[in-house]
Amino acid sequence: MLKKVFGSFTKRSVLRELIFKEIDDLIIGSLGIVVFISFFVGGVIAIQTALNLENPILPKSLIGFATRQSIILEFAPTFMSIIMAGKVGSFITSSIGSMRVTEQIDALEVMGINSLNYLVFPKIVALMLYPLVIALSMFLGILGGWVAAVYGGFSSSTAFTSGLQEDFTSFHLVYAFLKTFVFAFILATVPSWQGYYMKGGALEVGKASTKSFVWTSVLIILSNFIITQLLLS
Amino acid sequence: MIKVDNVKKRFGDEEILKGITTVFEKGKTNLIIGQSGSGKSVLLKCLLGLFKPEEGKIYYEENAIQDMDEDEQRELREEIGMLFQGGALFDSMTIEENVMFPLRMFTKQRKSEMLDRVNDVLNRVNLENVNKKYPAEISGGMQKRVSIARAIVNKPKYLFCDEPNSGLDPKTATVIDNLIQEITHENNITTVVVTHDMNSVMEIGESIVFLKNGLLVWQGTQEDIFSTDNKDVTDFVYSSDLFKKIRHIQQRD
Repeated sequence: MLKKVFGSFTKRSVLRELIFKEIDDLIIGSLGIVVFISFFVGGVIAIQTALNLENPILPKSLIGFATRQSIILEFAPTFMSIIMAGKVGSFITSSIGSMRVTEQIDALEVMGINSLNYLVFPKIVALMLYPLVIALSMFLGILGGWVAAVYGGFSSSTAFTSGLQEDFTSFHLVYAFLKTFVFAFILATVPSWQGYYMKGGALEVGKASTKSFVWTSVLIILSNFIITQLLLS
Repeated sequence: MIKVDNVKKRFGDEEILKGITTVFEKGKTNLIIGQSGSGKSVLLKCLLGLFKPEEGKIYYEENAIQDMDEDEQRELREEIGMLFQGGALFDSMTIEENVMFPLRMFTKQRKSEMLDRVNDVLNRVNLENVNKKYPAEISGGMQKRVSIARAIVNKPKYLFCDEPNSGLDPKTATVIDNLIQEITHENNITTVVVTHDMNSVMEIGESIVFLKNGLLVWQGTQEDIFSTDNKDVTDFVYSSDLFKKIRHIQQRD
């Protein structure tokens, strides 16, 4: 499939339009849920950490530190990607699957258009902007943590921000964004594959979307394990 | 002209096409008829290059599609217009965008030129004031006409129609049939229509091939089909009460 995705390119002007449309659908269209989830989960992480700091010897800056580490290392890149597998992945599978069922893909092929390049390549390009979404998720998660910690009376703003700066390893950001690129590629290709090669009717489109979510999540978790083992062990 | 030479197609152990040989002539509406499961749609997909036959060749003029490389096949497909059974219009595009699509993909025309051509073909299929609507907002018959407009917008040399009348009322079906035949004659193109609708045979069957169980069992014209004594064909033709009554009246007179 990938060989065909990157071969026999669609006319450049058409491709450019398709890429902008996919950016709108897949990236811009996901911002709302990313903002909402990141902010509140960041807050919950801060509250949970604060409630578990029973020992008075432990500094309150630990809340900021734990929030930063949880969000940058796992929540934003990995768990947000699993949420996106449900949102973006299902959308990709159902839209391509519907095109398969209603012969729209056959129509493209009959016209002499490389349907895989036309349908999948713009999605891969659009999702290369996915790390920006994750960067936003990191920022908002930490912001949510700060709001919950400070306004919830668990920590002072100074303690929280000093925790954020404590033992900061910039390689953790490299690691997080590197795996985000891998997840973006999985998010674009696995659901496309499930939709493109599905057989049957409308009911099977629904089944393909569910399968797409399961397989995308499994691959994200597995690749997360492998990348973590390779880069952080 | 399209020549089909001993085409065989298998799916697993099952042979769907068992050596079809025929010619689809230029300037005529060539019908492929037969019961469901006779291999009509598989033959159509072989003609379009969507299925690769295990044996035999399909010639567009003098060139066998099997001998063409990917680029040559793509060039050939630019000369093909296709009317799908369900229309296969792109849901996310307006009618205007759907019809303009082949022009955008394969020509370097300016937008105003493309729009003129789109309006020409939409007028040709008797559609007005639908340019900005989406496929879901128009009727099935209108969708079929839009699909015909999209198929002919780039002036194809070959037009393929898969069950053009399915899901349409008899009056709209006749309109679609006549439109296909008129376009074929006006542009002198090779048109191949897959159908099991006897009304289409009556309306536009200039050259007819009859398939049964993957074999071409009869070939002839609209006039021949009602006088043939081929049992498979007569069973098919007179399977409906309407045609039985017509035969009865003819025999009585």
